[in-house]
This record gives sequence, structure tokens and C-alpha cells, in this order.
Amino acid sequence: MNRIGPRSVRIDVGALLKETLVPSSPILVTRPTGRAVRDAIEKSLTGNGRAPFVSLIDFTRVPVLDFSCADEVVARLLVKYLKPDRPRDAFFLFRAAGAIHREAVDAVLGRHGLAAVCDFGDGGCRLLGTVSTEESRAWRALERRRRIGAGGLASILGDRGDALLARLAARRLVYRGPNGTTHALSAVASHNAHQ
Amino acid sequence: MRVIEIPRSFDYRNIESLYDRIDPDETGPVLFDARRLRWIDPNGMLCLLAAGQVAAKGGSAPRISLPDRQDVAGYLDRMGFSNAARAVFEFGTGSRWRRRPRSSDVLLEVTPVTRNSDVHQVVEKVQARAGAILSNTLRYPSSAVVQFSVILSEVCQNIIEHAEGPGWVAAQAYNWKQRLGRHVAVIAVADIGRGFRASLEGEHAARFGERWGDVTALEAAFLLGLTRFPDTGRGQGIQQIRKQVARWKGLLSIRSGTARIADTPDWSSKPPVEEGLRPFPGAQINIILPERLG
Repeated sequence: MNRIGPRSVRIDVGALLKETLVPSSPILVTRPTGRAVRDAIEKSLTGNGRAPFVSLIDFTRVPVLDFSCADEVVARLLVKYLKPDRPRDAFFLFRAAGAIHREAVDAVLGRHGLAAVCDFGDGGCRLLGTVSTEESRAWRALERRRRIGAGGLASILGDRGDALLARLAARRLVYRGPNGTTHALSAVASHNAHQ
Repeated sequence: MRVIEIPRSFDYRNIESLYDRIDPDETGPVLFDARRLRWIDPNGMLCLLAAGQVAAKGGSAPRISLPDRQDVAGYLDRMGFSNAARAVFEFGTGSRWRRRPRSSDVLLEVTPVTRNSDVHQVVEKVQARAGAILSNTLRYPSSAVVQFSVILSEVCQNIIEHAEGPGWVAAQAYNWKQRLGRHVAVIAVADIGRGFRASLEGEHAARFGERWGDVTALEAAFLLGLTRFPDTGRGQGIQQIRKQVARWKGLLSIRSGTARIADTPDWSSKPPVEEGLRPFPGAQINIILPERLG
């Protein structure tokens, strides 16, 4: 099967914690733990070269995530990779366990004015953090279609469709390929997972 | 020797009576006389430890006389107060701490917090114990143990990140049958570090001008989410704790310096702000979570 869009890699944060950081319990609390986890995540991304890829950060085996730790692991990771001088061309998709993680992730993203795509394992992804109604609408339209060719959103959202996709791409909430096709991050991750 | 008598009933409602008798500048030996103590909550226990630490700064180790009632001494033992007190007080002759039983109904024993690993231990303990108390006693949803753990984690980190001094945390559930007609969980956190005013001063005092003081510093942290760290993303802990405690219709108060600020639910008569209190180092946080009604 041909690959659609960029590659994806999955990072199991629960396993990362147990194997390398806190063997006794995979709980994500305190800023120093958060910084160590962020460093470990970044290290595990180093083998991916310069090509773009989607990194699925999986929190489902982490029973507790506090706000300080979420700020270090989620928000500060995104801040770094939104900068033009980011170390790798990584896009991030977070897999969370319902309300246990949603509140912490949503709060820290909002505090920084960021947004992220979150998969709650209930059959659909959601945008968390700071997003406008228009951005949210455009993102949902792409999620339903998985990918949209250049100009393809105009029929759904009118003239502003393409500009909205461009804005979502600039916020790294979707992946826009060199041919102008825009991919939902969830579609990239699930497609690669099934290959 | 100065003798400070501990009231028969000593909890979050009357801990000011002990602060009133502690002068951080006073020197000389102090005896904390708890012989007549009949009831004490986690706030009272941590207040006693903090007062002992402050008295120790006067030069001589403070002494404590233990409650003469075996059941009260046993309760303090189970709550881990005896272990923590050994690091603060000299015990009077005839003191009879028993060895703490291995298992008990305690939600969280008095636990010193000085490092991040202490916070991990607190959360791990609470994860293992709090579920049944929160679900069966307070009738919270089963997921509440996670929010409860997060509250504890954030309040403990407050000690490490802002106090720059030693602190303790403790929690226990009680049946407030007469007082409130339902069960509650009480969480107490105390440190004798530099307090909110000193912590925030360098970064924020100038913008508040002459208004700057203990009340303003508490309002800045409690209401506005300001911290001494200039980077975005800080100061969320207290804000998120306030949100969660309000959802559970609980009481949250922070005392620091000469002031106390609180989110008060309708069942509490505590004022939202108190000022002009006796100066005391550090910060003391009190959280009371009532049983869910209906």
C-alpha cells in the first residue's frame, strides 16, 4: 500500500516512564518529571531525519497527569516545534484517556494560546486548546474527509476554506503536502498504523 | 520556659489561637502542652509542626507534651504525626508514642515534602487509598481519585517551587455529623518558607505600588494566577485547584504572612479575605471537600 502523506511514529508515554524515568509508577506529576519526559520524547524522535512526520504521543497508560506536568510535556513541546527553527519537522497528535487527561491538556494549551489534536479513543479526534469557531469547523470538515486537495474546501466553507486550512497548517494542526493536499493528522497516524 | 497550651479542640477554625502565641523573633525554650487535646484535624497537626519549627529558630529545641488520652495519642500516631514530630520536637518524659500500625484508615499521613520525589510518593499513596473514601464516603464519581491526586500534587509542588523551605501535607476524612450533617475530606498543606509576598515580590511588587502586601500578594496568586516565574504556563496550579474544589462545593483557603484568602462555599461562614493576622512564615493551605448531596 502506498503511504498517504508523511510517516507517523507512536510514543507510549506510560512505557517511556516505566522503562527509563519512574519505574515504580507511570504517573505524570511535577515539572521536573514533565521536563524529563519531554526530553525523552524528543530523543526518541531523533532518528526521523528531516522529512515531515506525525508523532502520536500516547498517554493512555498514564493514570495521572497534573497541570504542571502537562504544561511541560504537551504545551512546551508544541511551543518548541511551532518555531521556525524547530529541530525536526514533527507534527503532534495526542492520544488521551478521556476526562483524566482532557482537562489538564486543554488548560495548558489554553494558557499558551495553543491548540492540539487529541484522540480520545472513542472513535473521533477533537481539537483542544484555543481555536476559533471557523478553525474548528474547517478542521472537522477535514477530519471527516481525511484529506482534501488544493481548493477542495471551498465547496464546504466558501472562499475562506483554503485560507482556513492554511491557518491550521501554520498552527501544525493539519499537514499540508507540497502538492497542496491537506491531510488530517489522525488519518496519517491511523493509515500508517494499519500498514 | 514558655508554655503554650494547645486547645482541647484544635482544627482549621481556631488555629489562629496558636499562631497568635508564636513570635518568630522570640528566643528561649518553648513547651507545647497538648495534654488536654481531644480533637485535632490535619490543619491543627501541621500548624503544630510549623509552630514547633518556628520556635526552634529561637535557639532551643521545642518540647511537646503528648495528649493524656490514649485514643487521641493513638490517632496522632496513625496520622503519622509522631514520626513527623520527632524531627521537630523533643518529647517530654513519659511520652508514649506507639508504633504506627501498618495499615489504617488514614487518607494521607503527615508527610514531609521537600523534593519532587515526595510529591510522587504522595500521589502514589493516594491513588492506592483514596478511591474507596471518595466513592463510598464522599459519594464522588470513581474518576474523582485522579482529580484528588492532581490537587495534592499541585499543592505539594507549591511548597517546593515557591516556599523554598520544608513543608508537610496530610489528609483525612471525617464525619461532620453535627457541624455539617455529612462527611468531609480535609487536606492540609503547610510550610514555613518565604510565603507568597516574598515569592512574588521581585516580579510583581512594583506594578502594585503602595498596595503591595500580604493580601495583594495572595490576591495576585489566587485570583490572577501570577507567580514569580515570568514564563507563560506558570501559575495554573492554584487556578485549577480552585476550579476543582468549587465543582465539589468545597472550601479552599490560603494563609500567608498576615492574611488569608479563601473560596468559601455556602456552608462555610469563613470570610473570603482576612487581614491583620499574626505574622507567620510560609503558607498554609486548607481544603475541605464535603460529601456530595443528592
